[in-house]
Amino acid sequence: MQLALTILMDGLIYASWLFVVALGLTLIFGVLKILNIAHGSLYAVGAYMAANAVTFFAAWGFGGWYALLAMLLAAAVTALLLGPLLERGLLRLFYGRDEVILLLVTYALFLILEDAVKLIWGVNPYYVTEPYQLFGNVAFESMFYVGYDFALIGLAIVCGLIVWFGLNRTVFGKIVLAVIFNREMSASMGVNVDRVHLAAFTVGVFLAAIGGAFTAPMISVQPGISVSVIIVSFAVIIIGGLGSIEGAAIGAVVVGLARAAAVHLFPEAELFSIYLVMAAVLVFRPEGLFQRAAARKI
Amino acid sequence: MTRKNLTLLAVAAIAALALLGLALPRWLLFLCTMAASHGIVSVGILLIMRGGLVSFGQGMVFAIGGYAVALSVTHLGISDVVVLMLIGTIAATIAGAAVGPLIARYSGIFFGMLTLALSMVLYGILIKSTAMGGSDGFNIPRGTLLGMRLEGGTGDYILYVLTIVSTGLASLAVAIHTRSARGLVTQAVLGNSLRVEYLGVSVQSVMAMNFTLAAALGGLGGALTVLALGHIEPTFSYWTQSGEFVFVAILAGAQSVVAVFVASLALELVRSFSNLYFPNTWQMALGLFLLAIILFLPAGIGSLWSRRAGGKSPEPKISASEREAAR
Repeated sequence: MQLALTILMDGLIYASWLFVVALGLTLIFGVLKILNIAHGSLYAVGAYMAANAVTFFAAWGFGGWYALLAMLLAAAVTALLLGPLLERGLLRLFYGRDEVILLLVTYALFLILEDAVKLIWGVNPYYVTEPYQLFGNVAFESMFYVGYDFALIGLAIVCGLIVWFGLNRTVFGKIVLAVIFNREMSASMGVNVDRVHLAAFTVGVFLAAIGGAFTAPMISVQPGISVSVIIVSFAVIIIGGLGSIEGAAIGAVVVGLARAAAVHLFPEAELFSIYLVMAAVLVFRPEGLFQRAAARKI
Repeated sequence: MTRKNLTLLAVAAIAALALLGLALPRWLLFLCTMAASHGIVSVGILLIMRGGLVSFGQGMVFAIGGYAVALSVTHLGISDVVVLMLIGTIAATIAGAAVGPLIARYSGIFFGMLTLALSMVLYGILIKSTAMGGSDGFNIPRGTLLGMRLEGGTGDYILYVLTIVSTGLASLAVAIHTRSARGLVTQAVLGNSLRVEYLGVSVQSVMAMNFTLAAALGGLGGALTVLALGHIEPTFSYWTQSGEFVFVAILAGAQSVVAVFVASLALELVRSFSNLYFPNTWQMALGLFLLAIILFLPAGIGSLWSRRAGGKSPEPKISASEREAAR
């Protein structure tokens, strides 16, 4: 019982930030039809920016709770810098090409960003553990959890709700949905498709960066974090169905629980478990859990 | 080109390359061996790609071929390089034949991601298995040929010739296959898979067949790499390794098997020179190179010399209106 609870809590905590990152990935796929391999690098950039921002803020005398603001700002700056730059400067050139080609373009981008990150921040790990203590500890069923972890779950729920609300209850969101549904038709109805692409990609980058920024206090920020993140978030959105918010949520929880169960029961099978679940889902639901099968064109 | 001409050309090319090897310095000889043994894996990807699918998990069969060889050396005591090469190829073919039918029904990105997943599962198993060296892998001694130990410069050269001959013959087989009725069906699947099914051909079995053939080529590549390198490690199955194979296939374009080896050699050269002159940014150089190719040479470097009459460009089939809208 104790073990089951531990697995549940660990799984949910892992799922929380993973959901935020995967949400960005699935949003970008939904609108731009690009499966962004470089998403993990954007996560890493967010983490590095946050590590720097928190340190700077502390140096200027804005410690404590201001660290949260610093991390939020770091994510926003990352998104506003990289979103337009990458979408307008690079991805735009490849629209209309095969999905697989676009996958390779983002693979190339991943290679470039990996080295760029190393050039800018070096190869030594950064530690910003101070914000991790902000929320204190929470006693729960005779176990102690760090309050920050619960705050992360809250953040994931807030992010999910905001994106859902933005897409389904605002005019711009409806326009985005129209573009997702039929790009060509939307364009002929006078929708500025370019702007929708730019906005969706920037929001996607922001979600990746915020995932990175808010996990920065929990990990040592160093080269290589992007790879593990992208591999796992791929599994999440494949399980949930590409381009689906509910799918990303369910996928993140499934992956989180599978990983937590593996870590506690069969530590050897950590990465293995995630992909086993993904393969199992694909066998029964080839398009993912929340995706209707597309009609085949003759 | 008829089958006879193709065969003559291939044999001539193999002989020329084998002779050329005598004149090459040792480092370049090794580079060429690596390029050929990696290139044959990308030829496998090309086979799958002709049907409109891309495997991002060829690292899996590459690793299976490699580990089959390395384990045969350490556990079974086999040292003959030709036998080892065959063992690697057969092991990967069996794996491919087992997995192929299961994943053949997926299309597009799902196929890519599922193959990626399988290769990562293998990677996950390999780094945790202490019996097979864990994340460090292990070394194997140089093999033998007809009882002679392959050592020093001569050994390098013999391994080079073995690699050139086996990959050359395999490529010839691929070139003949793609011109055969069975091979041409794959092209029809790319054109319109539903119509192919209406004509009574099982698209799934065609794809499974292609995957199995690609697995055989991947296993061959893995076996040859391990024989020349003398070392195996789990990164053989890592997704960046698979990414490199796809990279080479895209770089080469779908039009020519020869282009794959040129592309593979280009990659090895870029890699080793970048490692030498800017070790911290060679991935970036690789990325920029890839972007430039996709942007300026969308049909790959094969399109520079091979303009097959009536051959369709590997550009995706997207209507002009969609392209317009995308702009």
